[in-house]
Amino acid sequence: MIPVLLIAIPLAGGLAGFFIKNAQSARGWSFFVSLLALVVSLWGLSVGAQSPLLNADVEWLPGLGSRFAVGLDGMGQILCLLTAVSFPVIFLATWRNEYRKGWNFYALMLLSQAGLMGVFLAMDALLFYFFWELALIPVYFLCSQWGGEKRIQATFKFFIYTFVGSLLMLIAIIWLYSHTPDHSFSIKSFYELRNHINGGEQLWLFWLFFIAFAIKMPIWPLHTWQPDAYEQSPTATTMVLSGIMVKMGLFGVIRWLAPVLPVGTWAWGDTASALCIIGMIYASLVAIQQDDLKRLVAYSSIAHIGLMCLAIFATTASGMQGVMIQMFNHGINIIGLWIVIDLIERQMGTRKMSELGGLAQKAPALAILLVIVALANVALPLTNAFIGEFLLFSGVFSSKATQYNVVFTVVAGISIILSAVYTLNMIQRVFFGNTNTLTEKAKDIRLNEKVVLAAIVVLIVVIGVYPKPMLNLTKETVDMLITKMNYKL
Amino acid sequence: MNAIIISALWGIIMMFSGIVTNKAATIRNAAVLGLLLLLTGNYLDLIGYHFFPVDVHKMLFFDSFGLLANTIIFGATLIYVLLSGREIENITARIPVAECFALIFFVLCGVSLVTTFNTLLMLFLGIEIISIPLYILTGSDKKNLKSNEAALKYFLMGSFSTGLMLLGIALLYGASPTGTFSIDDLGVGKASLSALYISGLLLLLVAMGFKVSAAPFHFWTPDVYDGAPTVFTSFMATIVKAGIFIGFIRLFDETFSDSQARWQLFVAIITAVTLFIGNITAVFQQSVKRMLAYSSIAQAGFMLLALLSINGLAKEGILLYAAAYSLATIGIFAVLIKMKDYTFEGFNGLAKHHPVLAATCTIFLLSLAGIPLTAGFFAKYYMLASVIETGHFLWLVIFAVLCAAVSVYYYFRVIQAMYFKDGDAQVLELRPGFKGLLVVVAALILLLGVFPQVVLDRLHGLVYTW
Repeated sequence: MIPVLLIAIPLAGGLAGFFIKNAQSARGWSFFVSLLALVVSLWGLSVGAQSPLLNADVEWLPGLGSRFAVGLDGMGQILCLLTAVSFPVIFLATWRNEYRKGWNFYALMLLSQAGLMGVFLAMDALLFYFFWELALIPVYFLCSQWGGEKRIQATFKFFIYTFVGSLLMLIAIIWLYSHTPDHSFSIKSFYELRNHINGGEQLWLFWLFFIAFAIKMPIWPLHTWQPDAYEQSPTATTMVLSGIMVKMGLFGVIRWLAPVLPVGTWAWGDTASALCIIGMIYASLVAIQQDDLKRLVAYSSIAHIGLMCLAIFATTASGMQGVMIQMFNHGINIIGLWIVIDLIERQMGTRKMSELGGLAQKAPALAILLVIVALANVALPLTNAFIGEFLLFSGVFSSKATQYNVVFTVVAGISIILSAVYTLNMIQRVFFGNTNTLTEKAKDIRLNEKVVLAAIVVLIVVIGVYPKPMLNLTKETVDMLITKMNYKL
Repeated sequence: MNAIIISALWGIIMMFSGIVTNKAATIRNAAVLGLLLLLTGNYLDLIGYHFFPVDVHKMLFFDSFGLLANTIIFGATLIYVLLSGREIENITARIPVAECFALIFFVLCGVSLVTTFNTLLMLFLGIEIISIPLYILTGSDKKNLKSNEAALKYFLMGSFSTGLMLLGIALLYGASPTGTFSIDDLGVGKASLSALYISGLLLLLVAMGFKVSAAPFHFWTPDVYDGAPTVFTSFMATIVKAGIFIGFIRLFDETFSDSQARWQLFVAIITAVTLFIGNITAVFQQSVKRMLAYSSIAQAGFMLLALLSINGLAKEGILLYAAAYSLATIGIFAVLIKMKDYTFEGFNGLAKHHPVLAATCTIFLLSLAGIPLTAGFFAKYYMLASVIETGHFLWLVIFAVLCAAVSVYYYFRVIQAMYFKDGDAQVLELRPGFKGLLVVVAALILLLGVFPQVVLDRLHGLVYTW
């Protein structure tokens, strides 16, 4: 019941949104719809893990062995909550942005929310593939229609990249399906496949899946679409892309790759981890060089996602816990950063750090809130990211799946130091120092922006101080995953 | 049998309707009526009412696969005539509309022979009955040099491939111990395949490859499709191609399935080359019409996957593919005919002035690209799944999806032009009924994309009981 509502509310809301034909009312409507989804998501959290309300299973394509099966487990709860929280925050934070034919913009945003929810809820491989593509199409139109100057090329690159990946994944899904004894796409049949396919087959199947997920995350060297797409998209869409959509890749590995193909995952674990590590260092070094705020955050995101992916392949309970909680944290933090960048860009008309400076004198509230978000980005204690990254690191370090655990930990640690370098450097160059002619006229932020940023800061601190409810939520999923990932079984 | 006789009779009626009236609207309505009759007749045949109890001496065999294919093809023709039928009058001044419709009905008669043939002679007859009216339709824009050139080219190439086909049939006849054309007997007991038999088979493969424009026998396609009046290009690229494909599958399934291992590699190579050439060349086109010509080659490549695997999934899939591909392509051509400029730039800014046109066109293009929620996705899904189920040729599957990704490039160029580029797309006058029908076709594509079991359940039962 609840999962169906989580998909249906934004879907119906979005479809209705196309017919509102008035940007202001469409904005209010989509904000209302996204709040409704948030309420449903909170309701899902409150009913308890055993509730029958958390699952739904309806006949869909009996001829093909595919059912409309959706369900909320611990990981689904966290990611749906992230999606449900993010959209109202995004709508509120970009309240004052004007869009040409705005109703289409808001409708497409809601459709992308429906697609994302579907990805996180699907318990059937074909349904998962459906939503995987479905989340992409509205974003394609959002970026191409309302993005920056080079939007068409950038979005197109993004689309082709992800489309190639998902088609490869489709081959793997069909192949696995044809090997299930009961000819079914259900996740249960997929999890039992390990007894029916041998290790040699898992080796190449792994890459069909992993390329799709690695493109989405993105993992070096498949990341080249990302900075361009983030830079050229309208900020609200960038928030969706970086806050939620990249989680689709991590989520895919955790739900559809690692437990289904444990031998493949184990065998290629070191290779994939090495790609993550290279990507982390590479992205951090590039981030240090950036002058454009959007590109800086884009590259920093590659580094953070790389760490999470690394922890998945470490196959430890603490690392997996870290991934779960960090997926949520990263989404919240990066949306916070985008909000600040959007505020700066709207007021100053530039995103170049070299043209900014001294904003703290003119906009103290903004500066305080940004510093907290930025500190969370470097994972300082008391912030939410600290607890996440601590778990990630301890997971990678204690990993038994690889013999290079120390190397991975040390190199990943370096990237955290680098992240402090570029984040603090960014704060310094934008907010401190002397004002110039451009920043002289800056004003502090308005109420709606204050509310949104304050809410994010509260979330950052609360999760940072008391992460226990979140960890409890995903404990069961994590234990199940670690058992399934044991290739020796 | 109903379909063959009704289509032939109605073709003659259409021919003489030009004498009774010269009002184009009346003639068009008569054609629509004929198509409705055909559809009903064919449906009655499917559920067991035969109007014409002719003894066909096993020359034809009316199984549900063929009759279902007929239903799809007649349905697509009906949509085609409703959407673009008016355009036939606009090809040149004083074009004999009645004759054009008559030729279309004769083509349908040929198609219904090809979908239900049981001897190679009937296949040959069907292919010829399809081809000859098409040569005329291609050249129907008499004053246009390109149309003339296309017709001549098509005729020469077509005759050549017909020759090959006849030779192939003759060799197979010679190779069969009992001397038979019947596909029931040709394939039986071919444990030791003679060189005669194999060369006959390959010649048939090449000849059929010509007709469905599989590479490397596709050279006539772009010029013919480009040169022919757009309204007939739409007809040729969809209905005719789908019909011949059904015959192709039928031939190889019934006759040559025992010797599958011998020819599978040939088909795999032809498929790969077709996919590659179709998709890569389509990328470089500047005219949407020419792009669609190459895209039809690329789509044929995907349909060839069904020929490669020939199993239950493939036969279900080819019917779905025929429906999905025909609907989407007919829709796009119907929009294209209304455009003043056939280049990609001609579509710039269409969404601003004609949102309905642009939105439906987007759905058609998404379907051709195989994006989920559209019929095209399940069509492609079946093709891929059928090959994966054979357990071989995984390289071809991966190659096919990479080609599908390339196809996104040129299909999305149209979407980009319509939505994201500024321009003043010039469109001819539109009737409200036209837009309404486009919306219906688009809705049909979405319906097939979300609930394909509406059709598939039926297909499943019928294909497997057969």
